[in-house]
Amino acid sequence: MASAELPVLKPADYGTDQDVRWCPGCGDYSILAQMKKVMSNLNMSREDTVFVSGIGCSSRFPYYMNTYGMHSVHGRAPAFATGLKSSRQDLTVFVITGDGDALSIGGNHLMHVLRRNVNLNIILFNNRIYGLTKGQYSPTSEKGKITKSTPMGAIDNPIHPLSVAISCEATFVARSIDVHIKHLTETLERAVAHKGVSFVEVYQNCNVFNDGAYKWATDKDTKAETVLELEHGKPLIFGKDRDKGIRLNGMTPEVVELGKGISEDDLLFHDEKTNDPTLAYLLTRMSHPEFPEPIGVLRDVDAPCYDDAINYQVQQAKEARGEASLDKLFNSGDTWIVD
Amino acid sequence: MSTTTDETTVVKEIQPLEEATVRFCGDSGDGMQLAGTQFSNTSALAGNDIATFPDFPAEIRAPRGTLAGVSGFQIHFASHDIFTPGETVDALVAMNPAALKTNLGDLKRNGVLIVNSNAFDKKALGQAGYENNPIEDDSLTAYQVFSVPMTSMTRGAVEGLDLSQKEADRCRNFFAMGLVFWLYGRSMEPTLRFIDAKFSKLPAIAEANRRALKAGYNFGETTDAFRSSYSVEKAKLPPGKYRNMTGNQALAWGLISAAKLSEKKLFLGSYPITPASDILHELSKYKNYDVLTFQAEDEIAAVCAAIGAAYGGEMALTTTSGPGMALKGEAMGLAMMLELPLVIVDVQRGGPSTGLPTKTEQADLLQAMFGRNGESPIPIIAARSPADCFDVAIEAWRIATRFMTPIVILTDGYIANGSEPWRIPNMADLPKIEVSHPGPRNEDDPPFMAYKRNEELARPWAIPGTPGLMHRVGGLEKQDGTGNVSYDPQNHHHMVLTRAKKVANIAEAVPPQEVMGSDSGKVLVVSWGGTYGSCRTAVARLQAQGKSVSHAHVRYLNPFPRNLGQLLSQFDKVLVPELNLGQLRMLLRDKFLVDAVGLNKVQGKPFTTTEIAEKIESMLD
Repeated sequence: MASAELPVLKPADYGTDQDVRWCPGCGDYSILAQMKKVMSNLNMSREDTVFVSGIGCSSRFPYYMNTYGMHSVHGRAPAFATGLKSSRQDLTVFVITGDGDALSIGGNHLMHVLRRNVNLNIILFNNRIYGLTKGQYSPTSEKGKITKSTPMGAIDNPIHPLSVAISCEATFVARSIDVHIKHLTETLERAVAHKGVSFVEVYQNCNVFNDGAYKWATDKDTKAETVLELEHGKPLIFGKDRDKGIRLNGMTPEVVELGKGISEDDLLFHDEKTNDPTLAYLLTRMSHPEFPEPIGVLRDVDAPCYDDAINYQVQQAKEARGEASLDKLFNSGDTWIVD
Repeated sequence: MSTTTDETTVVKEIQPLEEATVRFCGDSGDGMQLAGTQFSNTSALAGNDIATFPDFPAEIRAPRGTLAGVSGFQIHFASHDIFTPGETVDALVAMNPAALKTNLGDLKRNGVLIVNSNAFDKKALGQAGYENNPIEDDSLTAYQVFSVPMTSMTRGAVEGLDLSQKEADRCRNFFAMGLVFWLYGRSMEPTLRFIDAKFSKLPAIAEANRRALKAGYNFGETTDAFRSSYSVEKAKLPPGKYRNMTGNQALAWGLISAAKLSEKKLFLGSYPITPASDILHELSKYKNYDVLTFQAEDEIAAVCAAIGAAYGGEMALTTTSGPGMALKGEAMGLAMMLELPLVIVDVQRGGPSTGLPTKTEQADLLQAMFGRNGESPIPIIAARSPADCFDVAIEAWRIATRFMTPIVILTDGYIANGSEPWRIPNMADLPKIEVSHPGPRNEDDPPFMAYKRNEELARPWAIPGTPGLMHRVGGLEKQDGTGNVSYDPQNHHHMVLTRAKKVANIAEAVPPQEVMGSDSGKVLVVSWGGTYGSCRTAVARLQAQGKSVSHAHVRYLNPFPRNLGQLLSQFDKVLVPELNLGQLRMLLRDKFLVDAVGLNKVQGKPFTTTEIAEKIESMLD
């Protein structure tokens, strides 16, 4: 964070002079704009921030931020970021990734960066399609999806990124939508504030290869019925007239109408702070069209960070073994002298 | 020489020797590596020059008594400078019939053969494919056979300690060690100290091992079977203080030293793989030296994490073996594009694919040179022996930071696990590694040029956290100077040439190629990596006979030393012995149009001196 004497930077100050080369109308523009706003709102220092990305449309992101940045190789951004953050804890590190990058080629690294709880902010742009390679299905594409590589429909089951995140013990898990500008800004701010790994899935449109991917969630007419905004400590209520809610029936969530003998107290209450991941996982399983899809923070818990621990071990070793001296090490143990 | 009739004070003859080679072999659970290591350390402490060759199966525990499960450890020790672990063996300890069968071929005629006679029962003989017991027929008459009931004598020695039979039998290797210690006049003290430290929490086991060791030693001294023992005097090594080091340990210590000399934290990203894992283990012990070790989820994450640390301005390292380097290829190409310093250690093993994980080979040179997409020049240097790994580690980091480039260090399983005396340096005598990072800039300064180069074509290492130097790196082609993404065809051509030139420039910054012997003549032997010792010994042997042969051992493999081509042209013939099918030879032929001849062996084993000497002689005819 910037110190007091530094001038307050405007969102534009966080941008570079490079032409942004995303397709007109791409959801990435909105995420870029909100990111600059977040950095300005939080008065983050440009020189202490690093954006690391993999490969794909979203991964061009670092070139457009006037911070430090690395556009790395396909799927491996979490690994680069782990090395960077572990050795340079003073930096704020973002990982920018897409559904193909994070969940296909980088699935393994995503799993491990989450379970290690490295203090990073991972932003997953999920448009459910491969954009940069021009329109093949992605790991989040619906079963049956017709694309260039699946003319008879995709036969793979899609991955639910937030379910993966919860099962890897991610300590901060959230979802937002590219065009829900205010919600996206607030969610990103919460992610930055979280100490530990934060994983934010952003539903994002690809108007060239998968236009309308989240039309149900963004259309004025439907969004109130299809999206449920989570608030800590509040019951799960949705609907244009806020007349519907989610109730637990045993272990299974169900949509109920309020009134008619069902009150708010009968609904599931959101608790993002509970250590038990069961409820958060349950939220990740609610998918359109059976359910309204939850957006906001699903989980935000405290846990030790990998980067703290790896550096703490160095401190501990120094305290236990005293000042390191290579000369002492070299001359320890069995030695002999040749005259 | 006088003898008395008092059994306990028999004075036996001591034969002086200039050098000797001893091999312990047995089942892979028999503790042969431990026995060999103890004997090596003791010999080194006694002032001998030593070279060792551990040779073990890939299986953690192959079925007991089988030919596949035999584990061996060879030690060559001498009163003069030596460079190889020896070829034929003067004394062989075989703990069972399978070990005898697989190792006897290397024992010299009339050599000492010590066998554990208890282990030569019908079942074990059958497993090893013996129809008759070789101890009892006349098949071993060419050797001095000492048939010692080691199992029963060890059990006797540990009696009363309340050990299970299994625990008692596990002490057999100490009995064997004790016997060989006596045979070569070695002190038991270092091994007794080792037992104290190693088994401090298991007093009964410690006592059993002590007793077994002494029992073996006393058996040699008292029994009539051994008429003489041997002594090998101290070697005349350069003056200084020494310790015994394996290649992996020397490499790890060199890397820590390189970090210290450049005032950097060391960040290791690694994934376990034979035979490189010991570098990870060793570095993990020294966190108090500002060493961060990251055991990644795979080889790719390991190298990527290291590159992340390099971008952050720290000393970045990844360690692996051949199959691991194959996985790291894409990220190595990225590091080359980013022009960040990174050390990649490849401890070569038998390939391709999983190949022979515990055996040695030198067949990753072309992978290091070319194993990436596009024009991706990465410098390569190779260690020649265990102790040399220390110097190579420091040299690699010096080059990486000066030229802003990833660099590959090649060692191999033979160097990594082998050991030799290492002359201990003073840190104060080692030259500092000067690393500079550009300082902060103001808003009104001209924009920072992340790819503006110095006279050696290295770009600045600007580290995050520095105000005004914000810049983006990545694998897409960079505009010269600014570092902005550029698809301009001319710029790409120019950048490809520039990166190649930068790496070629390294030749000006490293010493010219040295040659042992005359710098012109009939045959020049060109070697690299772990074949150094056998090549050097073979050439020295022939030079002593007045033959016109010289030896150039190449440490800098990419780029080659600036005078190498000239040197090659001054000999009638060039011989390149390699544990591959001719990889350095291919590079030399390509670069210098020299009709180099290969001596190639891909058997998972190092060259013997004789193999090389014979080839040289055939070329001199």
